[in-house]
Amino acid sequence: MIINRRNFFKAMGATAVALSIGKEASASAGEILQNDDELNGMLYDNTKCIACHGCEYDCAEAHGLEYPDIPENPPIRKTNEAQLTVVNTYETSKGPMHVKVQCMHCNQPACDAACLTQAMHKMEDGPVVWREDKCMGCRYCMISCPFDIPKFEYQSTNPRIMKCDLCYERQKEGEMPACAYNCPQEALLFGKRRDLIKEARKRIHEEPEKYIDYIYGEYEAGGTSWMYLSGAPFEELGFKTNIQKSSYPGLTKGFISSIAPVDILLPAALLGIYEATKSRTNHSTEEEE
Amino acid sequence: MDKTQIVYTDNKDNKFWKFILNELKPKGKIFTLFNIISFPVMVLGIIIIYIRFRDGIGAVTNLNQEIPWGLWIGFDVVTGVAFAGGAYILVFMVNILNMKQYKPILRVTVLNGFLAYLFYSAALLLDLGRPLKVINVIIGNNFGVSSVLFLVGWHFLLYMLALLLEFSPAIAEWLNARKLRKVLTGISLGAVIFGITLSVLHQSGIGALYLMAVDKIHPLWYSNYLPLQFVVASVFAGISMVILEGSISHKVFSYQLEKDAHHQHNKILTGLSKICAGALFAYFSLMVIVFVHGKDWKYMNSGWGSWYLFEMIGFVILPMILFYFSYRHKNMILIRVAAVLTLLGVILNRMNISIIVYRWMDVERYVPTWQEFVVTFTIIFIEVWVFRWIITRMPVLRKSPEWVRGDH
Repeated sequence: MIINRRNFFKAMGATAVALSIGKEASASAGEILQNDDELNGMLYDNTKCIACHGCEYDCAEAHGLEYPDIPENPPIRKTNEAQLTVVNTYETSKGPMHVKVQCMHCNQPACDAACLTQAMHKMEDGPVVWREDKCMGCRYCMISCPFDIPKFEYQSTNPRIMKCDLCYERQKEGEMPACAYNCPQEALLFGKRRDLIKEARKRIHEEPEKYIDYIYGEYEAGGTSWMYLSGAPFEELGFKTNIQKSSYPGLTKGFISSIAPVDILLPAALLGIYEATKSRTNHSTEEEE
Repeated sequence: MDKTQIVYTDNKDNKFWKFILNELKPKGKIFTLFNIISFPVMVLGIIIIYIRFRDGIGAVTNLNQEIPWGLWIGFDVVTGVAFAGGAYILVFMVNILNMKQYKPILRVTVLNGFLAYLFYSAALLLDLGRPLKVINVIIGNNFGVSSVLFLVGWHFLLYMLALLLEFSPAIAEWLNARKLRKVLTGISLGAVIFGITLSVLHQSGIGALYLMAVDKIHPLWYSNYLPLQFVVASVFAGISMVILEGSISHKVFSYQLEKDAHHQHNKILTGLSKICAGALFAYFSLMVIVFVHGKDWKYMNSGWGSWYLFEMIGFVILPMILFYFSYRHKNMILIRVAAVLTLLGVILNRMNISIIVYRWMDVERYVPTWQEFVVTFTIIFIEVWVFRWIITRMPVLRKSPEWVRGDH
């Protein structure tokens, strides 16, 4: 997969002229891909998680949101504009298993490519953050995100897009995200993506009967900075397993790179047709529009 | 006919404002059926818009975290833009291909296109959570140039300018501003050429918006060819709108037209129906290729498959045949039936992609609130009111004033 993706972008680079606009456009696509293993990310190991829901409270505190009201034996929940992460429990073939849901922080995020004001943006060190001063509230990020993560405050007159930002503010101060910092079971491991993948492989190798031999997020949507290890098949845990392995911005790349040529060549062609058809009737026109 | 034309010279401001004030007054009957229906809707719509800005989008719409774009985007923008496509097609035919026979309907089509874009942008602003921040895109402190929406937005905006320029000679004639008219007609070729280019790109861009929603739109409707499909659809959608709108205008504003206009208009309609039949055939062929290429047979044996066939047979193949026959037999009624069917088909297809088959596997469905419908109708009604105001004042359907012919 990686080879395909790399080659694909190398080929894209070769046609630099037509692509110059599209390439420059998404710095996230061009630069970060070179070293996407250097991004900060998270590895969630659901064999360690005990669904204490502590991370949900820590997340709310770190983002200035109200503490969530979590019932005993909660049903399967989704994240929403007031709760940026939830931990769900599924009955699987391997017994009850937990899944923490939040933004996946794609290496090449669809939301970033979709955003026309660069409000949604992949930072160089990994987090995909939303910036209030830029967003105009069009919600195109919500249409584009394959994981349905950005949430919108419909009841507000100055609505925000709410989603996990990998505690970008805390990271700037050298601290790790609140959920990982506080996790009592060390189910959350924060670090460079490269190291996380190594660690995940090691765990699978050492205890092959305990883990499914797959790292969710290594290739999904072109690779994500948040990755999962699981003791039960991912499809039994509510994961989207049909997510394409190449990046989502790649889906619009063809269209975007065709814009500049069309903008330049079509007027020339039209002018040509105009010149070709006008001559005969030049004298009889009494009025031009 | 020209009783409103007051002689006006550039240097007398006083007279100019008197003229404008005079023109602002309503003309014609006030209590027409259309007015009686549309006025209360507009008042209600404006109240709803006020509530939307006071309490947020959630207060008047059924939009939710799963369906972020509803009727306002799906109908007003995604569908409306296709309907406004007639302007660039006709401009291409008349000004580039030099097909003079379509000239009588050019101005009214351009006007329609311009107003459609103007009011659909207004609808778009209503749907934005933070509409004031739209300035970020325009003044360029935050260009998201890798965004399809950014490109659509800019092409949209520039095209509105191009349309205004294309229509501006009519405004100059209305104001009796001869020099201005000369300048404006001088730059209109540029506006025409860039207008067509901008149209092709934003019409396709609307389709490209949904390219990243690959997991959300039913595979029968999603393909990599969405941009191309949307451009082709804009051809017959736009022309069908021209046929329908032209037929209505010719009835309502018949007092503005010359004697032979009716006969001439019928000839225009037959020509347009031929183009529509061709465009629909091209669209149908494209859809067949997309269908076969996508190996979509496995989806046909389901409710969605029947829904897809309903759209393709009832609203692509059927109007295509009707257009063909109406062209062969010069049947004016059939042309209008075909045009209406085509328009319904375009609405169906665009609503499918943006709302109905969007998240087709979800149990909970989005149904627009009555407020969303009222606001949509409000926007259409305001547009019709403005259109009527311009038609009754500027030389759009009627002939240009005498001095125009002497000017060249």
